Amino acid sequence: MAMTLTDDQNMLRDTARDFMASEAPVTHFRKFRDMGCKDGFSHGLWKQFAELGFTGILIPEADGGMGMGQIEAGIVLEEIGRNLSPSPFLTTSVAAVEALKLADKAMRDRWFPGILAGETVIGIAIEEGVKHRPEKIACVATRSGNGFKLTGQKQFVVQGASSDMLIVAARTAGAVGETAGLTLFAVDKDAAGLSMEAARLVDSAVAAHVKLDGVQVDADAVIGEVDGGWAVLSKILDAGRVGAAAEMVGVGTGAMDMTFEYLKTRKQFDRVIGEFQALQHRAAHLYGEMEGARSIVLKAQSLMDEGHAKAELYVAAAKAKAGLACNLSVREGVQMHGGIGMTDEYDIGLYMKRDRSLNEFFGDAYYHADRVATMNGY
Amino acid sequence: MSDRETFRAEARAWLEENCPAEMRIPAKGDEDVCWGGRNFVFQSEAQKVWLERCVAKGYTVPDWPKAYGGAGLSPQETKILRQEMAKLGCRSPLNSFGIWMLGPALLKFGTEEQKVHYMGQIARGEIRWCQGYSEPGSGSDLVSMQTFGEDKGDHWVVNGQKIWTSYADKADWIFCLVRTDKTNKYQGISFLLFDMETAGVSTKPIKLISGNSPFCETFFDNVVVPKHQIVGEINRGWDVAKYLLGHEREMISGMGGDGGVTSIGAAMKATLAEESVLRAQMALFDVDNLTFRAHGERFMDEWKTGKAHPAYSNLMKYVGTELNKKRNELVMSIGGSQALEWESERANGGSKARNWLRTKANSIEGGTSEVMLNVVSKRILEMPGG
Repeated sequence: MAMTLTDDQNMLRDTARDFMASEAPVTHFRKFRDMGCKDGFSHGLWKQFAELGFTGILIPEADGGMGMGQIEAGIVLEEIGRNLSPSPFLTTSVAAVEALKLADKAMRDRWFPGILAGETVIGIAIEEGVKHRPEKIACVATRSGNGFKLTGQKQFVVQGASSDMLIVAARTAGAVGETAGLTLFAVDKDAAGLSMEAARLVDSAVAAHVKLDGVQVDADAVIGEVDGGWAVLSKILDAGRVGAAAEMVGVGTGAMDMTFEYLKTRKQFDRVIGEFQALQHRAAHLYGEMEGARSIVLKAQSLMDEGHAKAELYVAAAKAKAGLACNLSVREGVQMHGGIGMTDEYDIGLYMKRDRSLNEFFGDAYYHADRVATMNGY
Repeated sequence: MSDRETFRAEARAWLEENCPAEMRIPAKGDEDVCWGGRNFVFQSEAQKVWLERCVAKGYTVPDWPKAYGGAGLSPQETKILRQEMAKLGCRSPLNSFGIWMLGPALLKFGTEEQKVHYMGQIARGEIRWCQGYSEPGSGSDLVSMQTFGEDKGDHWVVNGQKIWTSYADKADWIFCLVRTDKTNKYQGISFLLFDMETAGVSTKPIKLISGNSPFCETFFDNVVVPKHQIVGEINRGWDVAKYLLGHEREMISGMGGDGGVTSIGAAMKATLAEESVLRAQMALFDVDNLTFRAHGERFMDEWKTGKAHPAYSNLMKYVGTELNKKRNELVMSIGGSQALEWESERANGGSKARNWLRTKANSIEGGTSEVMLNVVSKRILEMPGG
């Protein structure tokens, strides 16, 4: 496959770009941040996403969606990143949809229509510690009645308290640290024994600390196979990671463009500061890093869409590289803006906060570089 | 089967049948590489046969037109052929500055006669070319070059000196920037071609920190060059040179990483298992290496469809050469004291140390990293200032 966008993909990008820029620019983000919105996003905007078909971009056509792939989802995510548009797109339409695609028809019929309509939000409850360690899941699900009883805790469940359903990874067999013996469950927000404490994050997103105190679920709440949840979890993780990477390409590019614009207008010593070679070289280096990140993210997306055996390696490298490049972009952004880069009034700092969250989401650059090493045999 | 898959099957079958087994194992060093030319001595019958078969098929320059010695393949077909060659481990049949640099310049600026004559020679591996650009006083500021060709009616008489001429002592012909008008800096340079055996041409190898001498000083003392041996118009050689530098940067940028996505870490597993910080550095390098491969692939796909920025090869050159330097630093660290050995057989004649030192030139030759960053900043990012 050629590493260039097709005409259809370019059209989608234009649509997404125009839409985010007009309906969900940074001012939209600020508005919801400043009103202290408990969800951290606008339900109205989520409905608008649905009207454009974005919410069902990865849902198969047979289930009423657009049946597209990771490249297309990434195109939308890049524009979300560029505008800091707050939405449940990454968790619900990317990560959760990838899991539900492996679920039986009854469960797909239960959740896909709400996602397609922009009415349903789904939280991903995987993390248990402060760092991403999906194989270290200790939350347990024991057989009980017609189904299972879930006990444990989850952290960093983005938009968890705003969700209609949580996808919970729990251990039905095996020891902590093993990938075998995990099972994924669809847990309704109103389930008895489920409690959540919402916490606002540095980027104004809201994530939940989740407690599962003997939450009873029926057998039909299982997504995929009992004890074989790693297959489903892998889908969530790969899609979530490459999706977060795509969003970081957007965040990093947005911050970079803003910074370059500033270099071309800010005057000191009677000169536009972009004339200074010390800044020009750093700008050019940053551009190279962002271009590299854009390339490997596209490569990882296309390998995933092809079902290529190397996809996992490239997804890890893409999450790592996008994280490093986006982080460089926001750090250079604040520094090159100087004093005003430190002000809340100026947007560059908002990009720095968003980068920090996205870097942590589904594993940071160091975690993924470590996986690249392991997959490369050392 | 699609046309693409048909072509892939055909290319695969042709390679299986025609590429000798000895040419499917990696070259050990520079001396194993076929550079062609009048004085080239084939290292094996297999090397000779592989070149001859590729020449007959047009596969030394697969994307050149058939009339000029190529196979007339489309960019897509060329990519497939290279993929199939890589899968079988086929060596390049012919390495040549003629293929990488002069050929593309001739294709754009040469006369029909020049294309048939010179490109045909290049495709067949008959003439080995070198490039005369830098001078002792003109490195990054190349356009300040002084080597002068005095107009004598039907010929020029060239006097001056070039430096960093790659393999000038082994080359048959040179493509050379010569000042033909001292009053005009940019529009006073011509792009001339001449035989290195012409009276008045002499070369002197330069010994590098690697102990090897891939570069020469090249001297011109009243060298006669006929007027028809010019590419493009008189005094417009800078246009040709700039175009060609783009190709050189593209070529050098390909040197980053390890020619593929195979990690060098796997072979060093035992060392890395005990060196956690080094392993971490290697891991971050692998992330960059995979990134650069994807970046290169995307760049080539965009370049060939005319979507890439014309100055983009400068960025690739910068990223690729810096990556290659980093790679060789890691190779040295992982190799430890054995990698320090300069001559022994067990250290393959000091190949790791020599390669490591050689790569330091990557970010100097063909435009320094600093010049690349200047170009990216001004031409792609459109930063202000002169």
